[in-house]
Amino acid sequence: MLQSIVFALVALAALGFAYYQFSKVYANIQLGKKEELRGPTGERWKNMFLVAFGQKKMFKRWIPAVLHLTLYVAFVFTQIELIEIFIDGIFGAHRWFLGPLGGMYNFIISTIEVLSVLAFVATVIFLIRRNILFIPRLNKPEMEGWPKLDGNLILIFELILLACIFTMNGTDVVLQDLDPGHYGKTNFVVSGLVAPYIFGGMSADTLHVLERAGWWGHITMVFVFLNYLPKSKHLHILLAFPNTWFARLKPRGEMINMPEVMYEVKSMMEIEDPDMPEMDPNAELPEFGADDIFQMTQIDLLGAYSCTECGRCTDVCPANITGKKLSPRKIVQNLRDRSEEVGKKIASGSAEFAADDSQPVSATNFEDGKTLWDYITREEIHACTTCNACVEACPILINPLEMINKMRRHEILTEAAGPQDWLPLFNSLENQQRAWSVGTSRTAWAEEA
Amino acid sequence: MTVKTMAEFAAEDKMPEILFWVGCAGSFDDRAQKVTRAFAQILNAAGIEFAVLGDEEACTGDPARRAGNEFLYQMTALQNIQTLNMYGVKKMVTACPHCFNTIKNEYPALGGHYDIVHHTQLLQELIDGGRIKMSGGGEFKGKRITYHDSCYLGRVNGIYEAPREILESLDTQLVEMKRSKTNGLCCGAGGAQMWKEDEPGEKRINVERTEEALATGASVIAVNCPFCLTMMTDGVTGKDKQDDVMVYDLSELIVRQMA
Repeated sequence: MLQSIVFALVALAALGFAYYQFSKVYANIQLGKKEELRGPTGERWKNMFLVAFGQKKMFKRWIPAVLHLTLYVAFVFTQIELIEIFIDGIFGAHRWFLGPLGGMYNFIISTIEVLSVLAFVATVIFLIRRNILFIPRLNKPEMEGWPKLDGNLILIFELILLACIFTMNGTDVVLQDLDPGHYGKTNFVVSGLVAPYIFGGMSADTLHVLERAGWWGHITMVFVFLNYLPKSKHLHILLAFPNTWFARLKPRGEMINMPEVMYEVKSMMEIEDPDMPEMDPNAELPEFGADDIFQMTQIDLLGAYSCTECGRCTDVCPANITGKKLSPRKIVQNLRDRSEEVGKKIASGSAEFAADDSQPVSATNFEDGKTLWDYITREEIHACTTCNACVEACPILINPLEMINKMRRHEILTEAAGPQDWLPLFNSLENQQRAWSVGTSRTAWAEEA
Repeated sequence: MTVKTMAEFAAEDKMPEILFWVGCAGSFDDRAQKVTRAFAQILNAAGIEFAVLGDEEACTGDPARRAGNEFLYQMTALQNIQTLNMYGVKKMVTACPHCFNTIKNEYPALGGHYDIVHHTQLLQELIDGGRIKMSGGGEFKGKRITYHDSCYLGRVNGIYEAPREILESLDTQLVEMKRSKTNGLCCGAGGAQMWKEDEPGEKRINVERTEEALATGASVIAVNCPFCLTMMTDGVTGKDKQDDVMVYDLSELIVRQMA
């Protein structure tokens, strides 16, 4: 009874705090602009099914794909056991599913055990890849500090969780002979084999304590994990699904049109367009592009929160490969960092962050004197060749290029800044509609030779 | 070579089979002009009646848009769409993957809807349809050739096979670079980088890509884009290999081997 109450309280606290944290993430994503969804909805479900659920794009690299799939399948299957833990926890039962499921129960738990062994091996290999083999993409400058620790912590949590599962199952197997009244007979494929060697000969009291430690350890790790997710790159295990669903369905080569600019130019050139909105000559010039998360769209910010910092984008970026400062992953990380910062400042309610300090600080009344340029340098944005390698590489359809393009647009259109080298190009385009300022005819090529 | 403009066709109240969109590089860059000539020569040999816009053509606006200058993009793009719609142009071909991408994927949002193909697609069609004949045992027969996927033809528009089939029909020995097709490495010119100095780094992107191409041991690097052509040629010259390794557009390879 006492255990049930403690469990219910712990569960309630953990789930409540998780809800609070996740709603903050949701609110931060809402800080971005709305973006119109184009294309057939069926295509979105297909993307989610193939890319997130089916991990299609992971298989461009076989080794991490297989290791990752192992963890993923083990994680999904273990949820069955988690349901039982909840039932047992609340009703003070022990292995509640064993009775109704019988032989099927042994099969399910044995499957989880086999997957858990594989997951253990995969996790250890992942730790080796990060910390001993120093896989280059996992050790770029933007990974120093928290991102590196974050990556390792997740793997260590994973190992603790797995250790708890085997302690729980293993002690149970031995206890079945000592206390058959409470511990129903099971036939687990891994712990049934290994447990006697590890836990055999221990006293019933020790085993009871260990069994409870395993059980509580398991569920505690799950709660820790759940509350750790909103702060971690590991959030991708949830957000990969909405992110692939919301991923833009436009052709990859199409930069999102800017209707406000198009209509302006159309009216200037006296081109008729029935869709053209009424122009208000007194309207304030809108801000073009993005230098902060407010002008990014919710799809961009969802992408930033979905990123698991795997670095596949950076690994294929031609600028990064040749030693430039640009790293698409860093751009995505910076968007999340800035969203977190803005979210915290708004939540603080402090008047110092209000653009109009007669009004309370809010998403629409915010000014902290900072922008994305405090996170991202011009040099990074200028180095992009728009080659789309990062877009192609992302296993969950995040589009770093879109973010870079928006910052370029802000720099050129709103700030009238940007690389000096581009001025001759712009002048030539404006005056001669040519990419180079040359006097020859466009058919000069036909006259020669 | 005589080339008719769209205005001349219109004056005769005629419509050419296809409009050849030359692009700024193909019009003004010395090296790319040779590609334009080679492609026009092939069209003539295949008996395809084509027109160009001539001085009515404006930059598609790709470099402006990707630099972030949407105003300039809209200005040149809308001007082009006005011209093309005035002539009632439907079918187009271009030797520049950047022009190709912008007209194909970005002009529709501005009111320009055209059926445009990249020249490698048309060339493959012409070869398959027997409209251009290759002489047996041409100068590239059996030669090791590597093919560089441009970003905007390959990764962006998913066209990987047409150019490779052309190389096959030339009886060349195609050797792939380590990074090819969806994983192809950029030459370094896209996103308006062509018009600016590289940002500080260890190496130029075209050098990285050229090293990869040279590592295949190929004596010809085949490209499909005037900007890649410049970048790879510069890379080869930088390695002092210009006497051993040639950089050609696919149309140049065909024109040298036509019967």
